Amino acid sequence: MLLIPCPWCGPRPENEFRYGGQAHVVRPPDPSLVDDAAWGAYLYLRDNLKGRHTERWRHLHGCGRFFNCVRDTVSDHIAATYKPGEAPPS
Amino acid sequence: MMQPFRAATGGRVDRTSPIHFTFDGQRCAGFPGDTLASALLANGVHLVGRSFKYHRPRGILSAGSEEPNALVTIDRGAGRITPNLRATQVELYDGLTARSQNRFPSLRFDLGALAGLAAPLLSAGFYYKSFMWPPSFWKRLYEPAIRRAAGLGRAPVDSDPDRYLHRYAHCDVLIVGGGPAGLAAALGASATGARVILCDEQAELGGSLLDEPNTTIDGWPAPDWVREVIATLAGSVTLLPRTTAFGWYPGNLIGLVERVTDHLGEPTSVMPRERLWQVRAGRVVLATGAIERPMVFPGNDRPGVMLAGAARTYLHRYGVKVGQRVVIATADDSAYRAAMDLHAAGMTIAAIVDQRADPDGETVVAARLLGIPIYPGMTIGGTEGRLRVHSAKLANETDIIPCDTILMCGGWTPSVHLFSQSRGRLVFDAASGVYLPSEGAIGACAGEFDLTACLRDGALAGGSEPPPFAIAGIPAMRRSGPPVPAAPHRSAFVDFQNDVTTKDLAIATDEGFVSIEHVKRYTTTGMATDQGKTSNLNALASVAALTGQGIEAVGLTTFRPPFTPVTFGALAGPFRDALSAPVRLPPIATPGAMLEDVGTWKRARCFPRDNETIDTAVIRECLAVRGDAGMLDASTLGKIEVAGPDAAAFLSRIYTGDFTTLAPGRCRYAVLLGEDGFIRDDGIVARLAADRFHVTTTTGGAAFVLHHMEDYLQTEFTSLRVWLTSITEQWAVIAVQGPKSAEHLAPFIPDVDLSTMPHMSVRETRIGNIPIRLFRVSFTGETGFEINLPPHHAQRVWDTLRQHGVTPYGTDAMHLLRAEKGYIIVRQETDGTVTPDDVGLGWTIGGGDFVGKRSLSLPDLKRSDRKQLVGLLPDDPTAMPEEGAAVTDGAEAIGHVTSSYRSPTLGRAFALALVTGGRSRIGKPLQVPTPHRAIGVTVSEPIFLDKAGDRLRARPLPRAAGEPLLAAVDQLAPVARPCGTVQLTVLAPTTRLAIRAGTVAGTAIGLALGVLLPTVPCRSVIARDRAALWLGPDEWLVVAPEGASDLAAQATKAAADHPASIVDVSHRSRTLEITGPRAAWCLNAFCALDLDISAFPVGMCTRTRLGHAEIVLWRIAPEVFHLDVPRSFVPYVWACLEEARLEWTDPEPVMMP
Ligand SMILES: [Zn+2]
Repeated sequence: MLLIPCPWCGPRPENEFRYGGQAHVVRPPDPSLVDDAAWGAYLYLRDNLKGRHTERWRHLHGCGRFFNCVRDTVSDHIAATYKPGEAPPS
Repeated sequence: MMQPFRAATGGRVDRTSPIHFTFDGQRCAGFPGDTLASALLANGVHLVGRSFKYHRPRGILSAGSEEPNALVTIDRGAGRITPNLRATQVELYDGLTARSQNRFPSLRFDLGALAGLAAPLLSAGFYYKSFMWPPSFWKRLYEPAIRRAAGLGRAPVDSDPDRYLHRYAHCDVLIVGGGPAGLAAALGASATGARVILCDEQAELGGSLLDEPNTTIDGWPAPDWVREVIATLAGSVTLLPRTTAFGWYPGNLIGLVERVTDHLGEPTSVMPRERLWQVRAGRVVLATGAIERPMVFPGNDRPGVMLAGAARTYLHRYGVKVGQRVVIATADDSAYRAAMDLHAAGMTIAAIVDQRADPDGETVVAARLLGIPIYPGMTIGGTEGRLRVHSAKLANETDIIPCDTILMCGGWTPSVHLFSQSRGRLVFDAASGVYLPSEGAIGACAGEFDLTACLRDGALAGGSEPPPFAIAGIPAMRRSGPPVPAAPHRSAFVDFQNDVTTKDLAIATDEGFVSIEHVKRYTTTGMATDQGKTSNLNALASVAALTGQGIEAVGLTTFRPPFTPVTFGALAGPFRDALSAPVRLPPIATPGAMLEDVGTWKRARCFPRDNETIDTAVIRECLAVRGDAGMLDASTLGKIEVAGPDAAAFLSRIYTGDFTTLAPGRCRYAVLLGEDGFIRDDGIVARLAADRFHVTTTTGGAAFVLHHMEDYLQTEFTSLRVWLTSITEQWAVIAVQGPKSAEHLAPFIPDVDLSTMPHMSVRETRIGNIPIRLFRVSFTGETGFEINLPPHHAQRVWDTLRQHGVTPYGTDAMHLLRAEKGYIIVRQETDGTVTPDDVGLGWTIGGGDFVGKRSLSLPDLKRSDRKQLVGLLPDDPTAMPEEGAAVTDGAEAIGHVTSSYRSPTLGRAFALALVTGGRSRIGKPLQVPTPHRAIGVTVSEPIFLDKAGDRLRARPLPRAAGEPLLAAVDQLAPVARPCGTVQLTVLAPTTRLAIRAGTVAGTAIGLALGVLLPTVPCRSVIARDRAALWLGPDEWLVVAPEGASDLAAQATKAAADHPASIVDVSHRSRTLEITGPRAAWCLNAFCALDLDISAFPVGMCTRTRLGHAEIVLWRIAPEVFHLDVPRSFVPYVWACLEEARLEWTDPEPVMMP
């Protein structure tokens, strides 16, 4: 069970969280202006990284907030978590 | 009974009270403090098992968890049979029943040993080579035969009656291993004030010091020094003997399994058998010691051949002599020490065969002075003896030395399994030929064998300056170099547990396997439960020699968890039977009803009367709804209050419809899509006010819909001022449906004229003095009302309506009634690939953008030959197609049946189905194959009753007002059961507000309520009789005494100028109080948070998980916690805490030794 630092509540056990997929996948502001291929990519195309991955989590059984997380998919090491709207740390 | 090999004195066993045990039915004696292995040896028994593949007779090799041979089954009665336990770890108790394994018909005469004659057939890779052809033989012949012959103990078949618990723990320092280094580390760490846990797999802490009665530390004999240290640590350090650290997981999470009662002959029922600890450690200090290596020579697996250090342990710790006449084969000085100690105890040391050319030094000289013959530069070339070794032949092929015991010491391998699991870097030490952890290890695990240095390094690792430890009584010893491999052409055992020999390794390398990982898998060396504890380095050395490289070039295979096997019971813990999943009961009890599982809920399927079958009950219930009025407990429907100035806009982007045009007081059916355009859920959106909606979801979809809405609100539609509050359990729901529903209800609802209340509308009104939300909606096609009311009043209203002639109906009738109208059930008619248009709900789609809308215009989602919802009318009206059955056009499958019923109203069977291009096939014949015949069906529109909807919109007749309902009884009467050091109580109901607001509104609301809403995460503010709990950055729970009914109005008024959401959730949950010195301990059996007062101080509050339930946990005082628990989870949470506190009943049982 990972220990995930919620940007609001601090480090919490993984069983309070729900994974939310890759981060920074932006919904097109007006989907009707997007062609089928681009919409399909938004729906289905995701990175499959070995190493540093930015991803969404929600502190579902805690403060309820969504946030972003930089996790190494090999070691499971969490380098950082940050609030939505903030840029990922370099 | 005699214990012929018990030494006259010594050992840590209690000789005053002999106890008895049986091994393969043979009654033997032993002493408290023995292991099964030491007691067997005291009785002269070495032969304890047959080997995995060749069924060779095997004896006890070691004295610890590294034991590869002495695997036994312990039988404690039905359901309490544990196979594959290491006899070296099984503590003896009076009446213990042990059996050997993998032998038939008996241990001494085993038919399977004939497999030894077929050994060439079973050599490396035998699985891959010998049994490949013909393939069909594998399942039928080879595999069952191999499984029978090659194996370990039998898995028990009965249900396990023992209790198992889990426990979450946190510490600054976790020390694994309670030997000298570990104890010194614990002393050092506890001196710094750190939170320390020390665990050790053995029954007693002390490790190798328990084998050192003649060594002194600071003047104390080493075992006494251990006792003093334990006494010092007991108050400040969590000491866990009998506890194996079996796995190291990311984030310094270490899995421990504590064997709580296995060593007791008659365990008390209140104690768990085992406890699984999940320890989150600031840092981990590994003091796991080292494992002695066997020597690799032909015949090194005969009973009577064992490790030299083990013989010393048996002598000093258990007062047991392992034999009478001993030959020692060694490459390390420590075996000379064993020789001298055994000699002093009266055993004959017939020879020491030293692989090293130049044995020398203090211990060697001492052995020489005792007259023990020493053979330098020599190894053993073979052994003789069928069930027990009787001679050793030296490699010079001339000397044959009679003996009954051969002791081996090839050197010591640091036990780096856990470190390897942590993905730490292992460094090869060329001098000793072993791998060492690059950090975090002390003592023998770090390759340090000098006692003074171990104690010093331990104290330093603990974080303290080491005191000057004064050691006396240990001779200087020269350690072995890298293991020297045996000649590969001679078959000598490398891996005892998996029956792998040097020859197998040679075959593997000959066949081109050079990667050690491939050799491991091909030969099975180092695999399975043993994980190469005694074999790993010898295998590496052999492969290195065979491939002409150094050991470091061969590399090390990965060690896998668990370090030693963990029972399924420990892993499952308390989550079985009633606690395996919460059983959520609706607020209305329905005695006599047939129940079914819907999501996590139990719902009533139907209400059979005397002599009624399910079918006849469902028919009666359906006819009652169609002809008069029926009522359904619909409380399990998910409900969400959506509030804020942009609520209508938000819902219009989440659901398919446009809710900005929905007038207050009106409802609309709504479909929720995923972004992919497929239906995920549906429900009713009711507008209570311009900025407030009451939204329902399906029973199973409630949690998903709330999560989905929060996702878009927090991450996509962030500019919308909207807040969500779950009110699923705040409101019970009684759906009253039928042409006479209004007549039945009118007497109780005086303030609303039901006859004029339009279909798809909502009113906030009352029954008696009970506030209700009354919906006129229908899921049956009849005039219908859904009464939302506080759950503690629901039973009374239900019972009263029943007395007034409303017929209860269950989910079976509900399913049938809605199908007659073609109303879909999400996840029955849909499967995640169904669009609104596919099921005829294209009309719900509004004009603006909503989640999933863009996908609806993708070419694939617009195809005319998509599967569409249609009705099926069987040509034979009595033939009922099966749900899930294929629908064919005679040639191929073009769809499937989603729902199928026999309708009493229609007088025939009918079905709903998803059929390719279904709408174009209306009126055409299709078939539904069954195993016996094909049912001919005609495709129809998916609606079978009242296509015009006249029944829905009927103006019901009013009826004169009757007696109003008055007081109600809450089913959840407060319960309290004082017991032990942990008290558990259900508190009286309180008034509770769920407040969601920005900072400005929050401040205004706090001022109006007289309790400031805290801005610090997870903290509470108490003022007078009320409290405010921070639950999220825009979310608070305000708690006040029951009856503070104007609280919501006050808050709403204060927030008038600022957008906010204030929802009364008084009935949604109940508060459990747990108090006492063990309250936090009990919570930690199910809750993973660190509840130490330093980490979870008084006043802290948070949503978290307790087992499978979500709760709000609030610390009121150091030993008082309040748990806010959703109503339907109260019995589950209560049961969890009862389970956790069982071991703390009066008088407090002794936990730790
Ligand atoms: Zn949080």
